[in-house]
Amino acid sequence: MSRFIPDSSGTRRELLRTIGIEDFEELLGPIPKKYRLTRPLELPGPMSELGLLREFGRLARNNEGAGKVCFAGAGAYDHFIPAAVDHILLRSEFYTAYTPYQAEVSQGTLQAIFEYQTMIARLTGMEMANASMYDGASAAAEACLMAMRSTGKDRVLVAGSLNPRWLQVIRTYIRRKDFRLDGIPFGSDGRLDIDATAGMAGEGVAAILVQYPNYYGLVEDLEPLAELAHSEEALLVVAADPVALPMLRSPGDAGADIVVGEGQSMGIPLSYGGPYVGFMAAAMKLARKMPGRIIGRTEDRAGQTGYVMTLQTREQHIRREKATSNICSNQALMALANTVYLSLMGEEGFREISSQCYHRSHYLEEGLLGIPGVRRVFEGTPFFREFAISFPVSADRFLEGMLEAGILPGVPLTELGDGAMLVTATEKRDRSQLDAYVGKAAEICRGGAS
Amino acid sequence: MKSIFGFCSRGRTGVSLPALDVPRSEGIPEGLSREDDGNVGLPRASEGQVVRHFVNLSTRNYHVDKGMYPLGSCTMKYNPKLHENLARMEGMASVHPLCPDDQVQGTLEMMHHLGELLCEITGFSGVTLQPAAGAQGEYCGILLIKSYHESRGESHRNEVLMPDSAHGTNPATSTLADCVVVGVESNAQGLVDPEDLRRKAGPNTAAFMLTNPNTLGLFESHIEELTAIVHGAGGLNYMDGANMNALLGIARPGDMGFDVCHLNLHKTFSTPHGGGGPGSGPVACSAELAPFLPEPVVRKDSRGVYRLHRERDPFGRLLAFHGHIGVLLKAYAYILTMGAEGLREASEAALINANYLKARLSEYFDNPFDNGPCMHEFVLSGERQAAKGVKTLDIAKRLLDYGLHAPTVYFPLIVHEALMIEPTDTEGIEELDRFADAMISIAREAEEKPHLVTDAPVNTPVLRLDEVKAVKDLCLVEPREGGDGA
Repeated sequence: MSRFIPDSSGTRRELLRTIGIEDFEELLGPIPKKYRLTRPLELPGPMSELGLLREFGRLARNNEGAGKVCFAGAGAYDHFIPAAVDHILLRSEFYTAYTPYQAEVSQGTLQAIFEYQTMIARLTGMEMANASMYDGASAAAEACLMAMRSTGKDRVLVAGSLNPRWLQVIRTYIRRKDFRLDGIPFGSDGRLDIDATAGMAGEGVAAILVQYPNYYGLVEDLEPLAELAHSEEALLVVAADPVALPMLRSPGDAGADIVVGEGQSMGIPLSYGGPYVGFMAAAMKLARKMPGRIIGRTEDRAGQTGYVMTLQTREQHIRREKATSNICSNQALMALANTVYLSLMGEEGFREISSQCYHRSHYLEEGLLGIPGVRRVFEGTPFFREFAISFPVSADRFLEGMLEAGILPGVPLTELGDGAMLVTATEKRDRSQLDAYVGKAAEICRGGAS
Repeated sequence: MKSIFGFCSRGRTGVSLPALDVPRSEGIPEGLSREDDGNVGLPRASEGQVVRHFVNLSTRNYHVDKGMYPLGSCTMKYNPKLHENLARMEGMASVHPLCPDDQVQGTLEMMHHLGELLCEITGFSGVTLQPAAGAQGEYCGILLIKSYHESRGESHRNEVLMPDSAHGTNPATSTLADCVVVGVESNAQGLVDPEDLRRKAGPNTAAFMLTNPNTLGLFESHIEELTAIVHGAGGLNYMDGANMNALLGIARPGDMGFDVCHLNLHKTFSTPHGGGGPGSGPVACSAELAPFLPEPVVRKDSRGVYRLHRERDPFGRLLAFHGHIGVLLKAYAYILTMGAEGLREASEAALINANYLKARLSEYFDNPFDNGPCMHEFVLSGERQAAKGVKTLDIAKRLLDYGLHAPTVYFPLIVHEALMIEPTDTEGIEELDRFADAMISIAREAEEKPHLVTDAPVNTPVLRLDEVKAVKDLCLVEPREGGDGA
């Protein structure tokens, strides 16, 4: 008998008696006989707790990549997570709760998400934020749909320097035949070509979508893009990296209308890609066009402060086919991870994280540029935490050599050349690891040149 | 409770970070640097203050480790503790998603095997583990169906048929997929009316979306006829697997004429709901549709190495990476722990528990669709109580005073004053009786002392909250000290 099922065969008989039947099979009456399985499912198990622990131990040991020093980024980053974050996530009160449908017994989740919304709004420089989306990419896709809904227009200009995986997700989400996505080219400095953007903008454009910093880690100048978007009565949608925001001008200050992003960097482990969390913030006037859950502050019958899910008439369970999105479950627990993480870091701590990412990645880039044959892919543009760099050997060979030395060196950028890599250094990479990277890279490049 | 932003003493922090051990480089140029210069507006609190804040918040939540959570169609079953540890193992949690395949063989093996197990459970032959939640699974399923029609030169098929009892995500998904929703009526027994389906299925039918058992907790007993009608019209059948907890090892969607279904791992397969997510919504499908599944999928190559297989791009990706791996790990652990026998036992217990509660409560509440046994859930109506001025919402709130969570209320829409009750397999007779006794007691209160119910809740951290005020005086973020509103 499963340890999760409490009723023994004796209790089962008692339950059946109350139901008024003798045999369980009577409950299957409504299922046509021909569809009832007459054989057991072919599944392994049942496994004991100990057996399961051993099996997962074996699987975990087969993940050799888990032990490598990680310099890969491209949308998922190896940041430090304070122990207190997971202790809070493992509170039964949070992780075994459902969506806060009964607000009076869900104030913990509701207030935490309200605090999350506040932190996201402040980081991005926007007026409001929602309760979370699946991930940064789907948040970007939903932002495009939201921009089209708000403006009544059907064309979105997407920066060519947007994470290519995110672009794929946006294409998946925008299926209406009248929608159009056009890519904006970037210049030799890796930043969006403002003149080209201006040439492409025009009637019918609902939004300009730009990543900040972009896929190559480069910091775009948002203000001219905001001005351009607004002159065409379009919205500026910014896909922002939250860890960069304590250092960079906030998208809100630069004129963004919607800001989305990936929250994995703030207290969520890499876990081979998920679960992560997307955030979405916007100007207050767009709140009613937002997808997903939104938490609002209100009062109870005695005038005490409390929190509820609000503006629900946008959502699928009320509006059905006219809803702003089909999203139902979101990433509440991951949003909680962000909230606890940012609370622990606080104002100074998060700024320090941001600053260390900046300086460590610059130190690494400088070291690598000292290797003969290594060069920048883009010249002279400020970057944050990751950078595109070209090695004089193929990315495959470079990857193989570095992995042998216990280093996951980055993500190949095949579209930018055979030896191009996107390399990331977070606050977790100390000087000895950065120096070891440069040393090993020099060795591989020397071997490649000879 | 006091806000976390109330902690704001300068110099306080909840972390200790290593000092910067590399030289500082030139900073961000002026025009691009943060305008408020280190004053984002984050809290300033010590580690202990932060922990205490969130622990105090947590005590204001109801949760399934505290008591029964009878939300219909939500399958709030117990979340095994070991599984939390397994998903957090260093070897699992610290792998970068863009690691080369040979560096992540353990996780890829898990994904490959889990896919096979889900196929066996559903009776299908293809699966994607990518969808983030049920609604994204639905979207994936409808795109799969559209891709199939397009491949046959039938891209004009854009109607999605669904009963009026469907979950709200079904119509919302169809709109997102650029389809038109066509409602199909339910008959007096609460089942899809085959005649109406026959009238509505036609040359434009892309898909028929059906939850089975349906949202009344009834098995669509003429399912053979329904799926045949749709196939006859050239459409495909999609099963919303939200209620799969009724069918494990008992019946399989793939055997009863469905072509695609999604599963909610955070319901049927015991992964925690986290206060609203993360979920996971894998999609399984027939061999005919499998070629249209979104990539990457995990394959085992001739040398026994697991690979993320990328070949085609049928309709793109749904997430930036490969799905909610942490959730998949827990569902995999659940299936291995239960085995075939355990999964069947779970569904049997879910059915028995629901029928037991139905038997105990039928005398006290209206049951508009009581035509024999229910499956894993059932829907009562509070109309009898509403006639005395006690609404279903009041009953739900009063249950909170009894230390229980309320059922799903006002859904499905075809039942007035609906109370949709799903006890799940992991509740024992003691907790079932506690719930039944509370419901019966509330039914009595509605007769004798209705104000006790209409004034509820009174034993909760806050009293009934004003949702109208929340919309009218919209406050979505903590106002900033010194007040710039944002």
